[in-house]
Amino acid sequence: MRNHGQISLIIAGLLWLLAGAVDAASQRLILTGSSTVAPLVGEMARRFESQFPGVRIDVQTGGSSRGINDVRKGIADIGMVSRQLKQNENDLYAFTIALDGISLIVHADSPIVSLSKTQIADMFTGQITHWSVVGGTDARITVVNKAEGRSTLELLLDYLELKNSEIKPHIIIGDNAQGIKTVAGNRNAIGYLSIGAAEYEVKRGAPIRLLALDGVQASVKNIHNGSFPLSRPLNLVTASEPQGLIRQFIAFAQSSQVHDLIKSQYFVPVDAD
Amino acid sequence: MQTDRLLVGFLRVGAMVSALVMLLILLFLLLESWPVLSQLSLLRFVVDTSWHPLEGAYNLMPMLSGTLLASLGALLLAIPLGIASALFIVFFAPSYVASLYRRFIELFAGIPSVVFGFWGLTTLVPLIGEWQPPGASLLAGVTVLTLMVLPMVALTAYTALAAVPEELFRNAAALGLSRWGMVRGVALPAARTGIIAGIILAAARALGETMAVLMVAGNVVQYPESVFDPIRTLAANIALEMAYAMGDHRAALFVSGLLLMALVMVLSGMAGLVEKQSHV
Repeated sequence: MRNHGQISLIIAGLLWLLAGAVDAASQRLILTGSSTVAPLVGEMARRFESQFPGVRIDVQTGGSSRGINDVRKGIADIGMVSRQLKQNENDLYAFTIALDGISLIVHADSPIVSLSKTQIADMFTGQITHWSVVGGTDARITVVNKAEGRSTLELLLDYLELKNSEIKPHIIIGDNAQGIKTVAGNRNAIGYLSIGAAEYEVKRGAPIRLLALDGVQASVKNIHNGSFPLSRPLNLVTASEPQGLIRQFIAFAQSSQVHDLIKSQYFVPVDAD
Repeated sequence: MQTDRLLVGFLRVGAMVSALVMLLILLFLLLESWPVLSQLSLLRFVVDTSWHPLEGAYNLMPMLSGTLLASLGALLLAIPLGIASALFIVFFAPSYVASLYRRFIELFAGIPSVVFGFWGLTTLVPLIGEWQPPGASLLAGVTVLTLMVLPMVALTAYTALAAVPEELFRNAAALGLSRWGMVRGVALPAARTGIIAGIILAAARALGETMAVLMVAGNVVQYPESVFDPIRTLAANIALEMAYAMGDHRAALFVSGLLLMALVMVLSGMAGLVEKQSHV
């Protein structure tokens, strides 16, 4: 299937070149990188293509490091990176298109409202097994973790400085919806999900509570002003000062025209108020 | 003759297409899992510390045991209940109750598996959780699977029992056998092949069931120490991780698919054996 796809892509590309587009190469954008950012950028690309017919945008996943490598090698025009750039990546230009944050959640009946980073790490590694240790009832904690490969899991592990094999979960779930049902049905569970999704569910009346982290309330507002620690920027990166179509697309991805796309995937727009 | 030949032609093509699809699936699974199969020794899938594909640990055995335990548990419950239901319909119930009860079981068989999964997630798991946390467990998985395969066992057993020739019963009655003696000595042996075939079908369904089990079984990769411990099945493993898997992780998931396929092949081999026995 994949080969067929590539072949037909190549054929389509050749036909299109033959059709005599003068500046053909610049009308095609290739983006590679983070699988967290890719679905969002894919949606943005579709909207961009419909506004500018004749532009073709390829979005491929492969992880943030692939995005950075491909941009450096010139294989991709834009890289997608779901974290801040590191010291040794100063040669690249980063443009934040959205923010991502996750919130720890418990059942609404739980007396717990706030936890510290070490408490969470101890719960997830099985060193704290009862809620009474952190000021709750004398019940066993049910740790709800996500399946390997999910970006929220990756972000949490990164924050807690743990490996997934160190976590001792009691339930492993796939998507956000299942996580909400699981925590809503278990008074002693602790889980986590994207803050956008969590706030939305609370508004709809799901019996869950977003926990404050080290005293900072988990909210879209606090992600936006940078005070909530469990968050990260979603970046587009380029190897040089963006020009032409690349610049146009980045400006589009940062504009308010795509805020609805960002929100529909439970991310937080950068310049939202 | 002409129409016969046409029919045979059609049937041949049909059979060939189905066999080909099956072969293609197998080939596809092999092709997709090749990146991992060619790099790693098969032993890695048995002796690695656990299943953490992003950290290079690929042990599939806890999930194989989870799959087998959940299916076996469900069959252990569903077989006696299913056969009892079928016997009730055929031999013991008054006719209007029997037909009502049969309709009920047919309806039961038609309920989509996500519905069972959803019920399990929102009702059964919290219920077990109140008693033995975390609730999502082997027990919840077995219960949901039992509900799903029970009507299959019952319906196939019913069909097999109903197909036992009437004269056998008349002979049994002439010999002065009691109702229960007739069931045990005549009906069940005569319907044995059909009942076993139904059980094997039910086993295949239990092994491959994905969403319902994924929703209630907890999906922790481990050998359960009790029925209240969570487990992960091979099918649930694929559904859980495939969406975000890349590279070797993805290929390793296809290996779980291959393993699941091998399990089902063993089952269908067993079905073949049963059939052969019945012809002797």
